[in-house]
Amino acid sequence: MKTTIKKLVLSCAATATLLAANASATTLKIGVAAEPYPPFSIKQSSGQWSGFEIDLINSICKEIKAQCQITEMSWDGIIPALNSKKIDVIFNSMSITPEREKVIAFSVPYYYTPAEFVGPKGVKLNTTPAGLKGKIIGVQASTTHADFAKKYYEKTSTIKYYNTQDELNADVAAGRVDVMLEDTVAAIDFLKSKDGANLESKGFAPKDPIFGPGIGAGLRKSDVALKKQFDDAIHNIQTSGTFNAIQKKYFKIDISAK
Amino acid sequence: MHFEWASTYGHVLLQGLLITIELLLLSGFFGFLLALLVGFGRLSKQPVIAWLSLSFTNLIRGTPLLVQIYVLYYGVGSLFVGFPAVRDSFLWPYLREGFWYVVVALTLSVGGYVGEVIKGGLRGVPKGELEAARALGMSRLLMIRRIWLPRAIQILLPSLAGESVGLLKSTALASTVAVMDVLGAANLVRAQTFRTYEPLLVIAITYLVLALLIERVFRRLELRIPVRGAL
Repeated sequence: MKTTIKKLVLSCAATATLLAANASATTLKIGVAAEPYPPFSIKQSSGQWSGFEIDLINSICKEIKAQCQITEMSWDGIIPALNSKKIDVIFNSMSITPEREKVIAFSVPYYYTPAEFVGPKGVKLNTTPAGLKGKIIGVQASTTHADFAKKYYEKTSTIKYYNTQDELNADVAAGRVDVMLEDTVAAIDFLKSKDGANLESKGFAPKDPIFGPGIGAGLRKSDVALKKQFDDAIHNIQTSGTFNAIQKKYFKIDISAK
Repeated sequence: MHFEWASTYGHVLLQGLLITIELLLLSGFFGFLLALLVGFGRLSKQPVIAWLSLSFTNLIRGTPLLVQIYVLYYGVGSLFVGFPAVRDSFLWPYLREGFWYVVVALTLSVGGYVGEVIKGGLRGVPKGELEAARALGMSRLLMIRRIWLPRAIQILLPSLAGESVGLLKSTALASTVAVMDVLGAANLVRAQTFRTYEPLLVIAITYLVLALLIERVFRRLELRIPVRGAL
């Protein structure tokens, strides 16, 4: 018991010194949601963070010569945390949307994952609105995929809305939905699983303003200089090949935001 | 409070209302027929029939309705996809729709709960009336049709009104298997407009009005059957 308390006191003291040290240098607090989002951000058993976005932010920090510290936040409160200066950057697969742009600034997009159609193997499907006439399209409600399906397919196809991606996956596997539209990263994982064994990709949805420009780093509107630094750094790692080297570690497809 | 979404999503809610009413009427009708079988089965002198009825009631009343819906929809329903014969049959459009799974689940549920209620009502009919019918030489079926069942239902009308309102509220579980009933429609409005309370408020009032309507209908039925002033 005594040693536990001792350890606790020691670790508190260590944290305090760490915090003090950080305050003096130009340290950027990088906000990520506490729950992991593999392969983008994964928390190791040692407490260290790793993943595609962690590698990416480390290269960006090297590029702008800043000390970066990963700081865990709850996803719900991550924007208020940014605006109240608990963190300095949100780097956690946040889509750039007009609603969010009302409250925070975004860097240029650093990755973009297209939406993918998934349907049963052995069925020929043309994923244009004319090709899916009379078919049932499944989407998760409150996603840009739902908005996309509603805009282009509602007149000719039946759209079924699901509360969670899991329920939608189950219904596609059970053949209750002819085709679903979901994020390609999620689709890749699902198609590899046992439930997705009889399904296959039916191609990507075309790029559309509804999907937005992609994923960007969230910044305070007042930090104009930092936004410029981030924009340049993202541009540099994309042209220098660093981005490609990192994404090859995690993905077979190209997810760069072009 | 903002209701500007009502113009865009009004028809979604109306379609949801239609689905809810269809669920209510279909499962109410078939469930009542099943409940009659269960009710008489519970009173049967055949031990096998009595045991089967009792087991069915116990099974339905002993498990949550949501679990029953999931078992039917995700369990039984997802087996069909493995059989090409089923997939190509004319039944497939029904077998893939969550709607029919909910109708079946609700029908079974009504059969279990109302069956027990009907058993009680059948027992509640004064023995003398049945003896009188028998003394007049009525066959068993005629006695059931003319005396036993009408008298039991008359006694049970208030409980049946309650069960019907309960059924109405159970239909809201349909939205858990992607059926666009009233609650499903409200969830869609919530997901797409980020408005939470307004659509929920609208459907809460919708359910309340429907419940009051059901009570009304049963009140009418109760008044239609003349009852002698004092018992």
